[in-house]
Amino acid sequence: MAGATVPYLLLLPVVLVMGAILGYPIYNLVRLSTQRYGLFELLQHHGIPVGLHNYGSVLHDAVFWHTLLRTVVFTIVNVGLTMGIGTLIALLMVRVSAWVRILLAAGLVLVWSMPPVVAVQVWNWMTNSQNGVLNYILTELRLGDYFQHNWYETPFSQLGMVTTLVVWGALPFVAITVYAALSQVPRDLIEAAETDGATAWRVFKDVTVPVIRPALLILTSLSILWDFGIFTQAYLLIGPGHIVPENYLMGVYLFQEGYVRTDFGRGAAISILMLVIVALMSAVYVRRMLKLGDEA
Amino acid sequence: MTVRSARRAGWNVVGVVLFAIMAFPVFWMVSTSFKPDEEINSITPTWFSAHPTLQHFRDALARPYFWADVRNSIIVVLATVAIAIALAFLSAVALAKYRFTGRGLFIVLIIGVQMLPGAGLIIPLYVVLARYHQVNALSGVIATYLTFALPFCVWMLRGFIIGIPKDLEEAAMVDGSTRLGAFMKILLPLVAPGLVATSVFAFITSWNEYIFARTLLNDQSRQTITVWLSYFLGTGRQTDWGALMAASSLISIPVVVFFLLVQKRIAFGLTAGAVRG
Repeated sequence: MAGATVPYLLLLPVVLVMGAILGYPIYNLVRLSTQRYGLFELLQHHGIPVGLHNYGSVLHDAVFWHTLLRTVVFTIVNVGLTMGIGTLIALLMVRVSAWVRILLAAGLVLVWSMPPVVAVQVWNWMTNSQNGVLNYILTELRLGDYFQHNWYETPFSQLGMVTTLVVWGALPFVAITVYAALSQVPRDLIEAAETDGATAWRVFKDVTVPVIRPALLILTSLSILWDFGIFTQAYLLIGPGHIVPENYLMGVYLFQEGYVRTDFGRGAAISILMLVIVALMSAVYVRRMLKLGDEA
Repeated sequence: MTVRSARRAGWNVVGVVLFAIMAFPVFWMVSTSFKPDEEINSITPTWFSAHPTLQHFRDALARPYFWADVRNSIIVVLATVAIAIALAFLSAVALAKYRFTGRGLFIVLIIGVQMLPGAGLIIPLYVVLARYHQVNALSGVIATYLTFALPFCVWMLRGFIIGIPKDLEEAAMVDGSTRLGAFMKILLPLVAPGLVATSVFAFITSWNEYIFARTLLNDQSRQTITVWLSYFLGTGRQTDWGALMAASSLISIPVVVFFLLVQKRIAFGLTAGAVRG
């Protein structure tokens, strides 16, 4: 039957292009990871096979393990804050008057539409140690003396500032999605539970959460993947000149060790380790999306 | 005042405070870009300038490579969106309207690929593109942008096409058209809003992209505007914060405008899970 080939013809352009721009590079990635491939090899377009040497070198490098651990902690903190605050904003949006809800929605869309690189520069300006407005506000609110306080003193404070930037940028996505999910919660069910004398917490736990759970799960998995692979905000806010192994996150580590040092073979090994970790984590997410796709 | 309305008033106050905190960085960016330097460099901040000036915008626009890099961004973004939408539309039709062997696998790949972190792909993309002399060329950047734009557009367009009532399509088929022909003639106009929304999301993601452009483009006149902005701080002792914020505001404008255009369709962007701050 001629009709049976139609869907395949329709898919063909995307399959061919994706194969060329992603499939082929990933095939090369696997080969690269088993080669010595520096600047010289890049010019020759030819690597020198070294077996599993790159993997051994990475796995025996304490920096890799420290970076992995730091990235995991960073991810947990960022996802926890994003999901927690985002859900609270969504719950707040249900409780406020219409005009405040519109105000909040407008604010969320505004924050959402800030390009990450722009947000980094605004953070730089707000937190500069000369006359950052954050220092001024916190000092004026009597929260301590932040006059000419350097927010980027230690790796911990640097990553703390990256966290504020990342969470701020991610809140709109979470808050708006959870708010949309909350509108699916049957109003009369909540009222019935309230008249039965259930506490606000019980109502939230037993009536609201079951309805919004699918949304929360998808948002959490997406946030984990994004925060684990973060690069732009961490690299630019800490500043290229201040990037050191003590404040590496996985994306930055890979960029420094592979690209900046033009050690593409070793960088490829790190990439593969990172992609494998992400693939394992995203298996959960992909399965969930497939379920949604079948229902639609 | 009843307990209920008192409680609502309380939540309203929390909501307004929250709005002020969230929107403050955006306000501060815009407000700074209109302030004279004395107000910017003062230890005590000025919230609303008494003497607004456009000088910083003039300075930002006059900086080297601003226009060249804006032009580069526009070329890259338009090419990415046009190619991605055209190719993805075909795949989206296949996914939405046909059942076939391998469909599940294709969907898994489309969703899975979107989960790959950009940082994890820079090494192979750089090495492969170098082999074909696509480093420091906008065409190379367009290719890398398609790696995220294509799967995202396929998935998002599929959602829009599924939403079209089946009887419309069947009515067209009774007239003797082929299935595909019917779809193209009768239903393309119905998908138009979906095409616009998807294009806008692809536009925003490409406009905001940083790491691929940063790794592939070294020549200052060949960079995109996000890379241009990232180098603004430079190594100088005194930062021109006014011009930096003016430039930041200018670069955000297209994104804000487009976001407002599609805000009603944001839910679709959510399921595709693509645009993010």
